[in-house]
Parts: sequence; C-alpha cells; structure tokens
Amino acid sequence: MEVSVSIRSLCVELGGQNILRNITADIPAGKIVGLLGPSGAGKTTLMRVIVGRQRITSGSVSVLGGPAGSATLRGEIGYMTQVVSVYPDLTVLENMRYFATMLGVDRAEATDILGVVDLGKQAKQLVRTLSGGQKSRVSLAIALLGKPKMLVLDEPTVGVDPVLRQQLWQTFRTIADKGTSIIVSSHVMDEASRCDALLLIRDGGLLAQGTPEELCARTKTKTVEESFLKLVGKKS
Amino acid sequence: MSFKRTLATTGRVLRQLGHDKRTLALIFLVPCVLLIFVRFAFQSNLHIFDRIAPLVLGIFPLIIMFLVASIATLRERTIGTLDRLMTMPIAKLDFVLGYALAFSLLGLIQASLASLVIGLLDVPVAAGAIPMLLGAVLAAFLGTTFGLFVSAFASSEFQAVQFLPAFVFPQLLTCGLFVPREQMAKGLQWFADIMPMSYSVDAMKQIASHSTWTGRLVRDFVIVIVIALGVLMLGSITIRRQD
Repeated sequence: MEVSVSIRSLCVELGGQNILRNITADIPAGKIVGLLGPSGAGKTTLMRVIVGRQRITSGSVSVLGGPAGSATLRGEIGYMTQVVSVYPDLTVLENMRYFATMLGVDRAEATDILGVVDLGKQAKQLVRTLSGGQKSRVSLAIALLGKPKMLVLDEPTVGVDPVLRQQLWQTFRTIADKGTSIIVSSHVMDEASRCDALLLIRDGGLLAQGTPEELCARTKTKTVEESFLKLVGKKS
Repeated sequence: MSFKRTLATTGRVLRQLGHDKRTLALIFLVPCVLLIFVRFAFQSNLHIFDRIAPLVLGIFPLIIMFLVASIATLRERTIGTLDRLMTMPIAKLDFVLGYALAFSLLGLIQASLASLVIGLLDVPVAAGAIPMLLGAVLAAFLGTTFGLFVSAFASSEFQAVQFLPAFVFPQLLTCGLFVPREQMAKGLQWFADIMPMSYSVDAMKQIASHSTWTGRLVRDFVIVIVIALGVLMLGSITIRRQD
C-alpha cells in the first residue's frame, strides 16, 4: 500500500491539554480517508498537523515523503478549513485569482474549478452575499487550485443540502480516482460509508482504523455509526 | 520573496476596499472636512492654523492607516485567510509588504486631497506639495507597519480599536502638535525623542518653513523609514507558519 501520510506516536499538547495522544496511523495514498469522531475529538488539530500549521509536541508525521510543515510541501496540499477562509469583501472570482497567484497557478484554472463546484453563475458575486453552502464551496474551490497531490478537507459538507452533498462526494471520488489523496473529516457518520478507509478518533486518541467494511465486521455491526458506538462503549 | 505575490496582495487589499466605498469615502474625505473645521475654529488666530495645518498631513495618514491596517490584518487572522495563505508558497514579507504598499497608496490619495484643501485655505508651505506628499506617504507607511504589528497582540476588534488611544495618542500628545517639544518636561521630551510620530511631524514642520530640503528633513525621513522597516520586520515575525 502506498502511503501519503505516516503518523508515528503523535502527541500534541495545547495549553497544558493533550489534544492528540499517541496516534500511530498510515493514511493510504490515492484514497478517500475519513476522519471521524465527535466534535472536540481532535480532528481539526490532526488535520492542522498534516498541513503543517500545527507544531507537534512529540512523535513524527511524514507527509508525501517529507516532514509535516516543511517548506517544500507548501502548495502541494489543498487545505479547506472549517471556517470559510475566503475574503468576504471580494467576488468569488477575485478570491480564486488571488489564491491562484499565490500558488503560482494559471488564473484560467480558477474559472474551470468554479464549474467543478457549481459556482460558475456566482463568479462575479461578492462572497459575503452568498449562502453558507456556497461560501464553503468557494473555500473548497480554492483548496482544489493547482491540482494538489493531497486534499485536506475539514468538514466540507457542513451546511450543504443533500443534492449538492451527493455531487460533492462524486467530485471527491473523481479527484481521488485521478490519484489525489483526500483526507476528509466529518462527524456525520453516514458519510463514512463513502470513504475508502476510516480513522475513528475520540478524546485525542485513535479508536480504530480500517475500511468501513472491516470496522463493521470487527464490531459485528451493520453501520459505521453502530460500530463507532460499540467501540466507544467498549473503551469506557 | 516574490514581487508578483507582493503586488497581487496589494491589488487584493485595494480591491477589497474598492468593494467598500463607504470606507474609502471616509478615509479620503474626513481629513479634508476636519481641516476645514480647524480652519474656522482658528478664525481669530489664523497664524496658528497656518502652523498646524501642514502637520496634520504627518499625523492623519499615520493614524488612519494604523487603524485600518490593524483591523484588516486582525480579520485575516480571525477569518482563517492568513491560515490558508501560510500553507501556500507566499513569503511572510510578501504579505506585510503587500499591505504596506496598498495603504501607503491610500495615504498618498488621502494626503493629495488634504493638500488641495490646504492650498485652497491659503496655508503657506515653503517647500511645496511634493515633499509634503512624500512625508504623508511615509506617515501612512509607518502607520501601516505599526498597525500590522500590533494586530498580532489583539484577539478581538474591541482590543484592536483600543490600541489607538494606547499606542498612538501618547505620540500625538508629545509630537509637537500641541506644545513644541522643547517646552515639554524633560522626561516627556525623551519619550517624544524615541517616538516615530515626532519625526513624521518634525518633517512637516521643516517642509512648511524651509523652501529647500534641510538636513534635518532628510534626517527625519530616514528615521521614519528605518523605524517603519524595522516594525515591518517585527510584524512579519508575528506571523507564524506553525502554531
């Protein structure tokens, strides 16, 4: 199995609190890997470590062959944060073009990607006038700029209607099929079945990892949600 | 560092303000209106107005750009755009310089309009408009770099706004606008000597009273530039790639 992210005994301490405790995991390349767990479990912190924004306390994390946070990785990872990190007082296209320049990506690509996230019609609209779901799609579109080798998406489908959610997951699948590794967090368990592999996290620790089928088989349950609840019950 | 990314950031900041016409109108018009107010407040003592009007161009761009830059960069920190930029191959200096250029340009426009008003109000400026505008741009540059720097220490807009009375007002009181610096208590003179606004204002005094570039004017400009560049570096240090 080709590995995109390799995590060894990762601990992150923030303000005296252990946010991540001793996580060891390998994330397969070219797959959609779901990061699941209740809110406050440490999903966002783990993603920030992977994209290099969070310093680690101990352990090691290697991303696409280099240590997390190294300068060579900048621009290789498309990162979509949970907050809509785009400029509300710019139009959709202006946002795209600015970030394209920062990434050294052809500005024409900006227009193409807007089609992918179904925002072609809103290109000239100020972001602040968009709906919540549209805003998060602008954020996603920026993460897609420059065809990054890896996408790290922090709850990309929050506030998105079911039809669009379906479309977005199809988009993720298309992108992954072309060889991009996708790490996507969610606390909606029904999205887990759409992932190729899962990491279940609780209280900063890794509860389980494997394909959805493996997890269900191991816990003798039918859905990931049930298996998660069963695993949580076993631990506590 | 990349010239292209710096200029793209400048363009982006200006475009954001371009979509916010009210803010632009306030930046450009308020100094002009206030100058006219002051002119009529000193109706019976016009020689005092003639003395302080040019100084206003060393002060206004500094204060306004300080405020606007600190709020703008605080927003970048809180809405996550800075987070995102730091995962991209942009140098921190591209970011801070991009801002400094954008707000210096705004300062130039602001000062151009204000200097028109000063001309219309018949205020004598010995060295003429060009050095005066240069001084105003440097004041704007200085204000921007300070705003960028202090925004790192504010965790909310409420705090950022308070930095104006905390950091700028002490300089305003001691810069020589109200009382000549030589007449202040010794301790305050020392304080004023290390505060950058003093030099920005002193430069305007030189410009208003001497028709040529005095050595002191050059010295004032150099000090302002050096301090601004130093604070710019400090500002870029406060931006972290990793938390």
